[in-house]
Amino acid sequence: MTTTFSLPGDLAEAAGDDTSLRRFLHRLPGVDAAGLQARAAVLATRSIKAGAKLQAIDTAIRMVDLTTLEGADTEGRVRSLCGTARRPDPGRPEVPPVATVCVYPDRVGTAVRALAGSGVGVASVATAFPSGRSSLRIKLADTALAVESGADEIDMVIDRGAFLAGRYGQVFEEITAVRSACPDARLKVILETGELATYDNVRRACWLALLAGTDFIKTSTGKISPAATLPVTHLMLQAVRDFHQRTGARCGVKAAGGIRTTKDAIRYLVAVHEIAGPGWLTPRLFRLGASSLLGDLLMQRRTQLDGHYSGADYVAAP
Amino acid sequence: MSNSGMSNSGMSNSGDHTAPDRTAPAGGDAGPVPTDDRLPVTKTYKLYLGGAFPRSESGRVYPVSDYRGAFLANAAQASRKDARDAAAAARVTAAGWADADAYTRGQVLYRIAEMLEGRRDQFVTAVATAEGCQTRRAAALVDATIDRWVWYAGWTDKIATVLGSANPVAGPYFCFSVPEPIGVVAVLAPQSSSLLGLASVLAPVIAAGNTAVVVASQNRPLPAVTLSEVLATSDLPGGVVNILTGRTAELAPWLAAHADVNALDLCGAPPSISAELERTAAGTIKRVLPAPVAEPDWTRQPDIRRLRAFVEIKTVWHPRA
Amino acid sequence: MEWTYSPALESREVARLRPHYPMFVDGKFTEGGGEPLTTINPATGTALADVSTASAANVDTAVRAARRAYERVWSRMPGAERAKYLLRIARLIQERARELAVLESLDTGTPISASRDVHVPAAAAHFFHHGGWADKLGYAGYGPDPRPFGVTGQVVSPDAALLSTAWKIAPALTCGNTVVLKPAESTPLSALVLAEICQQADLPPGVVNVLPGGADIGAALVAHDGLNKVAFTGSTDVGRQVTRTLAGTGRSLTLALGGPAVVVVFDDAPLDQAVDGVLAGALGGPLTGSRLLVQESIAAQLLDMLRTRAAALRIGDPLDKNTDVGAVSSAERLGRIEELAGNAVAEGAQRWVGPSPLPDQGFFCSPTLICDVNQAMRIATEDIPGPVLPVLTFRTPEEAAALANHTPTGLAASVWTDKGSRMLWAAQRIRTGVVWSNTACRFDPTAPFGGYREAGIGREGGRAGLQEYLDV
Repeated sequence: MTTTFSLPGDLAEAAGDDTSLRRFLHRLPGVDAAGLQARAAVLATRSIKAGAKLQAIDTAIRMVDLTTLEGADTEGRVRSLCGTARRPDPGRPEVPPVATVCVYPDRVGTAVRALAGSGVGVASVATAFPSGRSSLRIKLADTALAVESGADEIDMVIDRGAFLAGRYGQVFEEITAVRSACPDARLKVILETGELATYDNVRRACWLALLAGTDFIKTSTGKISPAATLPVTHLMLQAVRDFHQRTGARCGVKAAGGIRTTKDAIRYLVAVHEIAGPGWLTPRLFRLGASSLLGDLLMQRRTQLDGHYSGADYVAAP
Repeated sequence: MSNSGMSNSGMSNSGDHTAPDRTAPAGGDAGPVPTDDRLPVTKTYKLYLGGAFPRSESGRVYPVSDYRGAFLANAAQASRKDARDAAAAARVTAAGWADADAYTRGQVLYRIAEMLEGRRDQFVTAVATAEGCQTRRAAALVDATIDRWVWYAGWTDKIATVLGSANPVAGPYFCFSVPEPIGVVAVLAPQSSSLLGLASVLAPVIAAGNTAVVVASQNRPLPAVTLSEVLATSDLPGGVVNILTGRTAELAPWLAAHADVNALDLCGAPPSISAELERTAAGTIKRVLPAPVAEPDWTRQPDIRRLRAFVEIKTVWHPRA
Repeated sequence: MEWTYSPALESREVARLRPHYPMFVDGKFTEGGGEPLTTINPATGTALADVSTASAANVDTAVRAARRAYERVWSRMPGAERAKYLLRIARLIQERARELAVLESLDTGTPISASRDVHVPAAAAHFFHHGGWADKLGYAGYGPDPRPFGVTGQVVSPDAALLSTAWKIAPALTCGNTVVLKPAESTPLSALVLAEICQQADLPPGVVNVLPGGADIGAALVAHDGLNKVAFTGSTDVGRQVTRTLAGTGRSLTLALGGPAVVVVFDDAPLDQAVDGVLAGALGGPLTGSRLLVQESIAAQLLDMLRTRAAALRIGDPLDKNTDVGAVSSAERLGRIEELAGNAVAEGAQRWVGPSPLPDQGFFCSPTLICDVNQAMRIATEDIPGPVLPVLTFRTPEEAAALANHTPTGLAASVWTDKGSRMLWAAQRIRTGVVWSNTACRFDPTAPFGGYREAGIGREGGRAGLQEYLDV
């Protein structure tokens, strides 16, 4: 899955040591917070109706990384979630399956077995999720457990402490190390934007991860508030758009945490559509990390098709 | 504090209305028959803390009488812990209320006026009963109260214009000063004027962007409690105004000493302790608006002294070369 | 994935459009003595409604009514009571917001998202803010008891019709003046609904009068010797005529004239937001047109970003909630845009036109960038009332300031840089009435708006705006 392309000269130079990374990241154009938030608020007023809405709902379902990340996750719980992932709305067989089921590394095996032959992937968080506070050795071992158990995708966290302390080289090297530890998996780098404090930091973290060779940049672990927000997702979409323009490589964005309703999900799709572009409206390049969102998507789907409001008891519980 | 809840303040007139006239003939033949024999349901008067209406944590109440001494109702007798909870609630809301657009705050204060107008008759009765005045006089006081809220509603987005400045400092700097809210203000409401006096001291505190802990008039607390019902339904975020009823002399020292209370309006302080309250407040260098010699005539048009009393001026320097 | 937004049309019925709108004089809707005009929906080019227009005699009647209302009622009323009328009007605008938004979009071509989220709420905000001043004028810095002028004549332009009507009427009333207002010939409807709102608010008859009509009625109004004050919004040329008309009469005059806003983007600007701001300025709002000055070192990158963003703009039916660019308010304005852009191209400028198809009827113009513009071209200094953006480059901050100032007007500037000191330096150097920093097209009733030099005289909004309606 590792994207094989070489960075153009100036970016390759940036992806060198701590100093060159700092020079590059601190020269990125600044972000004006008020303007970014205003634009996100304006785009959120797009009115998506009728056929466009139904298309959005089905697209959103295909983009869901159906997630359970609890200490209390049992094999039964994971199998049940996998059932939902394969066939989200049993009464409506035409409803597409979700993108992946996302679990902790020690639950990957269960998910892989439950999803065999379904086309639904298994994503695993790794690298001492959610805090990332452990040694690189442990983080790589964590990754190896997920990979060996059959994970298709690895959602790693960055070391926010190192990032905020300005040790960009260290963060970069951790990402490349994990990248090498899962060469066949799709790698998502979780920035935990709720802990990065400023939009300028978010933009720098995006580029740091992209330069280090990630396939996806992901907003949040879901364990910190705020998790995904529209302005932060706008910034990340700008980053993958600009990275594509400079390298030709298309990387993805995953918005995770706090997206609970169809209305929310559609606002994210509008952002993808109008900022990164229609080319990003595919599960290969955009994901929604969520647990309760799927139920609302299914309910709204029924509402659209049946012409009357549906209820939570009529669709599968996640 | 939910921003969306505040920005959408009061587009329509309230659905609120005054109590139905019990002497009016019932409309239609199936309507209820009015009767003088019916026993009215009486109201329980509680505190207003953080947007909720709890009883005093102490479980205490005290009897409130009308001007002739006849029993009206029991009011909650707040304790020092209720005062502490009120200050905590005011603190939680302080940042959000201070950050709200001045325009939004104005809309909320105007909404309070609208809701008061809708319950005008109820307040006329409450004021007449509490203060022992004629209905005509009480009505004039209620009308003045409504207009006072409108007056301060208009100030929210003008305070900075009137009290702020661009400072023509020497050197290549752009320098300006803006008034900012001071934080949590404890207000001892006037003892005589149960509604107009209360509004006259409370409205400027919140118009300037502060949150308030109010100790209502000790012997005439009921209009304040009824006002809190208006506040609770006026798009005012819970906790911006907290109203305590009880013994002023018992609660005031706790508020004067409270380190997380930023300013103190001693308007209704008992004369015997007001100087001591100022000394107590000195412990944390609180801004204090001292008690007046005698309760002012609240029907007179105010100036902006009370707005000025509860703001800090912040000066910003920035190079421009 | 191809994803086409389904039409999300706001219902035209919401506007409660009537076939005929009379004028509003002395608290009553009556037929005017002028030839009725037909107001056009610029999105279709078809008729919306017939509007009665005033005759010169009607102007006289209206001014007399306003004089009576001033002397008998409005100037004698305590400020606190005047305030409550303005607040009532504000609430009624909020209550009828959706109706007004749809009406405004139908009549002016403004996208419904803008009229709904910006213009109508701002109109209400102007009445709220100014309502608050009515009993606080002694604090405005013009003495303890500043007096109104008396009867004011006001002429409004088609740009942001409702909003500019509100920001004329509200300060006039709060200061104690009465009003005779002439809305723009091409966009008269929202002012007439505002008149109806005044009626619903029980505003005393004659305090506000609305006289639809053409330029002749505007001229008759501003020349009327029963007025104490004239406030005019429109082109610099007509502004000059109005100024000549009033010269020597001693009557006070406020002018809000045109002139493009200048947008200055330095190389350290927050570029994504600058792109948003540049487009917000170019696409409308109450400003007509702007010109872009961009630092050469980032010009290619910024233009690239602008083209990408402009290409994604949605042009079409103003009543579609997803429309970003609506119609130009009249055929005459569309012709003017085409003429200016065509001239520039003939003189060597490069034109880039957005690729989205235009509706096949109505007055529409694609988002357009005109590059390689030089200072000698008309397009560099004149108003372009549509989504057409001339682009010039500069090398140094000094050069940027010089280019920004090289115009006889000076309405507004928008300066983009992450460096605060550079922004404040630019704000000091650029001679415009408003300087937005890292934002564009912001309007607020508390903030004075208006231009230097030929962009106008006086300010609207804020404390400075009150002075235009006080005899101080």
